[in-house]
Amino acid sequence: MSARPRTAGSVRFIVVFVGAVALAMVAIVLSLGVGARPVAPSVVLDALVNYDPSNNDHVVVVTQRIPRTLIGLLAGLALALAGTVMQGLTRNPFADPGLLGVNAGASTAVLVAITVFGVTRPQGFVWFAFAGAAIASLVVAAIGSRGPDGANPAKLALTGAAVTAGLTAVTLLILTTQSAALDVYRFWSVGSLTGRELDTVAVVLLPLLIGVLLALTTARGLNLIALGEDTATGLGHSVARTRGIGIAATVLLAGGATALAGPIVFLGLVVPHAIRAVIGGSYGRLMAVGIPFGAALLLIADVIGRVIAPPGEVQAGVVIAFVGAPVLIALVLRGKRVAM
Amino acid sequence: MLVWIVVGIATVVVAVSAMVLGDYPLTPAQIGEVLLGGGTRPEQYVVLQVRLPRLLMALLAGAALGVAGALLQGMLRNPLASPDLLGISGGSTVAAVYALLVLGITGPALAAIAFGGGLVASLLLLAAARGQAAGLRLILAGIGVSFLSASIVGFLMTRVQLQQTQSALVWLTGTLSSTPWWQVIVLALTWVLALPVLAVLSRRLPVAVLGADTAVGLGVRPGVVRILVILVAVLLTAVTCAFIGPISFIALCAPAIARPLVAHGSLAIGPSALVGALLLCASDLVAQFAIPGVAVPAGIVTGALGAVFLLWLLATSKGRAL
Amino acid sequence: MTDQTREGVQLAASQLSVHELVAGYPGRRVIDGLDLEIAAGRVTMIIGANACGKSTLLGALARLRAPISGRIELGGEDIARIPRTEYARQVGLLPQHPIAPEGLTVAELVSRGRHPHRGLFARWSARDTAIVDQAMERTGMTALAERPVGDLSGGQRQRAWIAMALAQDPSILLLDEPTTFLDLSHQLDLLELLRTLNREQGTTIVVVLHDLNLAARFADDLIVMAEGRVIAHGAPVDVLTAETIAEAFALESIVISDPLTHTPLVIPKPGGSHTSADAG
Repeated sequence: MSARPRTAGSVRFIVVFVGAVALAMVAIVLSLGVGARPVAPSVVLDALVNYDPSNNDHVVVVTQRIPRTLIGLLAGLALALAGTVMQGLTRNPFADPGLLGVNAGASTAVLVAITVFGVTRPQGFVWFAFAGAAIASLVVAAIGSRGPDGANPAKLALTGAAVTAGLTAVTLLILTTQSAALDVYRFWSVGSLTGRELDTVAVVLLPLLIGVLLALTTARGLNLIALGEDTATGLGHSVARTRGIGIAATVLLAGGATALAGPIVFLGLVVPHAIRAVIGGSYGRLMAVGIPFGAALLLIADVIGRVIAPPGEVQAGVVIAFVGAPVLIALVLRGKRVAM
Repeated sequence: MLVWIVVGIATVVVAVSAMVLGDYPLTPAQIGEVLLGGGTRPEQYVVLQVRLPRLLMALLAGAALGVAGALLQGMLRNPLASPDLLGISGGSTVAAVYALLVLGITGPALAAIAFGGGLVASLLLLAAARGQAAGLRLILAGIGVSFLSASIVGFLMTRVQLQQTQSALVWLTGTLSSTPWWQVIVLALTWVLALPVLAVLSRRLPVAVLGADTAVGLGVRPGVVRILVILVAVLLTAVTCAFIGPISFIALCAPAIARPLVAHGSLAIGPSALVGALLLCASDLVAQFAIPGVAVPAGIVTGALGAVFLLWLLATSKGRAL
Repeated sequence: MTDQTREGVQLAASQLSVHELVAGYPGRRVIDGLDLEIAAGRVTMIIGANACGKSTLLGALARLRAPISGRIELGGEDIARIPRTEYARQVGLLPQHPIAPEGLTVAELVSRGRHPHRGLFARWSARDTAIVDQAMERTGMTALAERPVGDLSGGQRQRAWIAMALAQDPSILLLDEPTTFLDLSHQLDLLELLRTLNREQGTTIVVVLHDLNLAARFADDLIVMAEGRVIAHGAPVDVLTAETIAEAFALESIVISDPLTHTPLVIPKPGGSHTSADAG
């Protein structure tokens, strides 16, 4: 996956990778301990090792914090990976997994679940959200791939925007005519890690795993596509095949993450950017760091949301955008070099 | 050329229909009478106070959005650039939703606040679009603003009572119903302000995007052109958004539909205006009358219609550049 | 990387032949029925006016776009049937507008050239490193190995891309207008490098070039194209005549013998060309 084994870049990569993993560990500990009911790390450990159902602290940790942490981990790493793959496939630094219509598809499906099937808990949305995300992005990929040059990035993005707009129209139509649906939907649509149990996770675990594996296999291909399609083809690479696998990986990863936590924007866009600015553009490395870093970021956002507005909570999706956007804007304004 | 005749005829048909249809059906003859100063009281009311302002708003706003989109897409050479990608309507939306939900403001004051929000967002964008890679930084900043505003709106929607969210939702979907004359006049004035600048830009923008050196060599200053483009796009979008809500998809798809129909590489500002006007007009018509008894907000129809159009175009384009 | 010159058997294996090729874009046939044999182990240059089909031909040889009809054979085998990676091991390409992502160093770029030789799970081997090092040395890029490609001058960048093609270690190297934007001394350096490669390793070189006189100086075989057809093919001194140039470029000229290299030198006659519109 990476090029030569001995360069200064390798050292930096290892340092950053270890740092990201360490950050993820810290984030996990914080996520298990922090909240309306603070639990000390030693107690957390105790809860994991010697679970005592009569100890309220243990109960909180195991029934609430563990699923929440797990969801944050999975959704965070899935979105970071999906964003990396999308940016590599489209050779476009603004690509975001939502480009393929994932969020819009999931939202529409969730509304269908609410209005037609009467589902009201996030648990129940999972299958619908995943199916909706998958169908929408496959439609985008199918239409965007027509024509002699296949799924060229501009066409794909435009198709995604069109499908998203169309589905959003349907979504708004339902929302404006069914107020009960609005009441349930508005909480799902901001992206949150709470209110879901472990079996929710079990549903998307396999698709996410497959998505991660597929994404990792595209790393080498993405490095070649970065050199231009002609060069990549001249080097014996099948651009069409990497595109296909990449899109499949994105659908699984972004679809799974959205199904788990609702539409969380921004993570998929910003994580690859940030990492690239530090360790350069080799996709294998971007993905290796992206996994722990994306997970850490989402968990930390969730933790911040727990403490920032007592006695209530701010959803993780809101925090990510609320914190991430100003940071991005500040970086742009200060003129920091934004890597492609 | 034939296509444009068709578009022109379609617009006329749609406009006439907008005047004729409704709870109080009128014939074109009656409408003509009212416009010339005659007609009965109820007819005058329906035509002059209800339908005419709404029709004019649809035409002017649709054209404004189409132009804003064409300008941004031309400047950034990116068919995805649009006011909502760049956060312009996001600024308006956050201001409006906050005013609605938290401060309880409606009416002209709400429109003014929405407009102000759009201007604030544009200041950020102007600050970002300097130096080299200005286009890139503009897009990044715009994405940041639009994401930020979407999440703030989402957050606010979870914090208030359901009835309040419904009224906010109505604003968010974008609607042309009950358009007062003062709004049409303000938008018309905005157009008057923008037209001379557009005339200047339509000659200079294609040169400015050739790269700084080429542009300067041809007597055009890219920095100035860029600022003008942002100002006009923001002005047109913010005013439109303040009055009819964030119906921004027109800004994305009107140019996308207009461009393949004109000379390759052209900015298609005029055609985008025409297509935008037609699109919004037709959408409003469909929104009002498609489902008997139900008035759907126009923003929903523009999203659906525009999406179908665009997808059809993409599916049949045979790789022709958009 | 082989130090020895290719043997006769390998020569035959790298013989490219084109049969009744029809190629172009949807709705437009740039090449309509072309037959051609590209001599193995020699330097072949393709010249012609804009839009005469030379880049299309090269693209077909590189398998960038499938031909509308006809076949191309490598060593007697239909290239459409050769597995992609296998073909890339034999045939390397330097396209007209290569893209280097920002921040990519020369060493990283050259290493990408090893791709066709590395299997799915292959680790980076000492041999790979040796070949990459040698490629950079041949092109004089060793000192610049850690510099980002985007920071280099035009001439250096082009040499970095050539180093990548060299790392691919092909027996046939295709280059599409590699001298654009290079100053004269760099153009000469590059063509010298290609000729050395051919003489020392027997690599078949096929170059699309816009400069007639340079092509005449460095080519063993010259192919002149016009409107999708080959109008002349052979040694430069035989092919480059005033008549051929008039047919291909609508240009009146005289052709003399270069006093230094004794290759044909084309001197256009004053009075301009006779093309009605460029890029037909």
